[in-house]
Amino acid sequence: MKKSEVPQDKSNIESVNMRELCYATDENGNYTTALSSGWEPKTIALSNAIDDIKERTEEARQKVANGETSPILYFMEFSKMDVGILAGYTGLWQWRIKRHFKPKVFAGLSDKVLQKYADAFLITVNELRNFKG
Amino acid sequence: MKTDFTHHQSAHCENGVASNLLKHNGLNISEPMVFGIGSGLFFVYLPFIKVNHAPAFSYRPLPGIIFSRLAKRLGIKIKRQKFSGSQAAEKALEDNLKKNIPSGLQVGVYNLTYFPDDYRFHFNAHNLVVYGKEENNYLISDPVMETVTTLTAEELDRVRFAKGAFAPKGQIYYPVYIPEEIDFKKAITKAIKATCRDMLAPMPIIGVAGMRYVSKQIRKWPAKHGVRKANHYLAQIVRMQEEIGTGGGGFRFIYAAFLQEASVIMESEALKTLSFEMTEIGDMWRDFALEASRVYKKRSAQQDVYNLLADRLLEIAGREEEFFKKLRKAV
Repeated sequence: MKKSEVPQDKSNIESVNMRELCYATDENGNYTTALSSGWEPKTIALSNAIDDIKERTEEARQKVANGETSPILYFMEFSKMDVGILAGYTGLWQWRIKRHFKPKVFAGLSDKVLQKYADAFLITVNELRNFKG
Repeated sequence: MKTDFTHHQSAHCENGVASNLLKHNGLNISEPMVFGIGSGLFFVYLPFIKVNHAPAFSYRPLPGIIFSRLAKRLGIKIKRQKFSGSQAAEKALEDNLKKNIPSGLQVGVYNLTYFPDDYRFHFNAHNLVVYGKEENNYLISDPVMETVTTLTAEELDRVRFAKGAFAPKGQIYYPVYIPEEIDFKKAITKAIKATCRDMLAPMPIIGVAGMRYVSKQIRKWPAKHGVRKANHYLAQIVRMQEEIGTGGGGFRFIYAAFLQEASVIMESEALKTLSFEMTEIGDMWRDFALEASRVYKKRSAQQDVYNLLADRLLEIAGREEEFFKKLRKAV
């Protein structure tokens, strides 16, 4: 990549005034560095991933609203986690977490267990318990 | 408490931390040299591991390996420590700062508050340097950022003890010994040979063979998983490839820069010529990313597009195979 070709597309890193360092060549093919504000293919790939998460979160929200799942699933998706990561943060077994997705089981959870989830999601126990979708 | 540390921005976090820490300790070594001597160029496809609900691709070796290999080849000693609890982890860091030792940390990206929201995923192989503390704020030199920044003690604790794959467990690392005389020629030869060995490994998921395998899989994705999922997977390839200076094109350019620097030290014209070739391969990776992004942007349903992309990847694999065979002979 030539230095003149270092992409300066609009991207989501611009919002925080961040630019990436790239290695690029000068007119003799020798390497130097240049800053890039973003590159469209990258931005699209990233927004693809973000959209995917938004869709999952929205699906989970509706399920909570319909009483098909517990708020834990919603906050898990919202925090871009999967069951494995959530297990890491809460210190609970994965099968227990999956069980806690059931609204009936969720309703009977103790404050102690809910606190573990709340800490993982950086919210309060009340926010977790009272989320209605 | 503040150490006299100088922040230099880099393309990739691990190279950057290694280069910045070594510079601080009196060894002037550039990011491409760290990357090259640490054999940072790699490719592996892990279909059985899912990241963000898509198979994992990695264009780099496991976190920490670049710096470890670099240290081994240059005779540098690094101290690494992991912790089971926050208190011990914070104490070790504070002790270092008191002794004027800027320290490298492995951290999770998700809670890095200075990152744009969209970039905050549960990715735990990020690296940064803590070079001081003012009141409750740690002074942070994150090599992918243009300037230095800060994190509160709570925020830093959260990123040091991020959970999930490659959980950092508060890992702290810093060089403790740098030899007076370093034989760069020997280190470069060794490093180049290792990279060639990795990329030409006779294993179906690693290096050039791995790319060929992925190419074969791309052809099957639309029929096997449907267009939506196939596009999601493609986007994953591009993200792993190009995000924040890592991966495909970006890494090839850093490696080409390394070959240029190495050609001077090794007094080898061949390495310089090969560096130009690597630049061309890097451009091919960028074209591939561009092509792939067009597919998942339009969400087009033609089967041909995937075949076209697979062909492109196959072409790149061919070029790289040829390249690494030549490189192996050049040292």
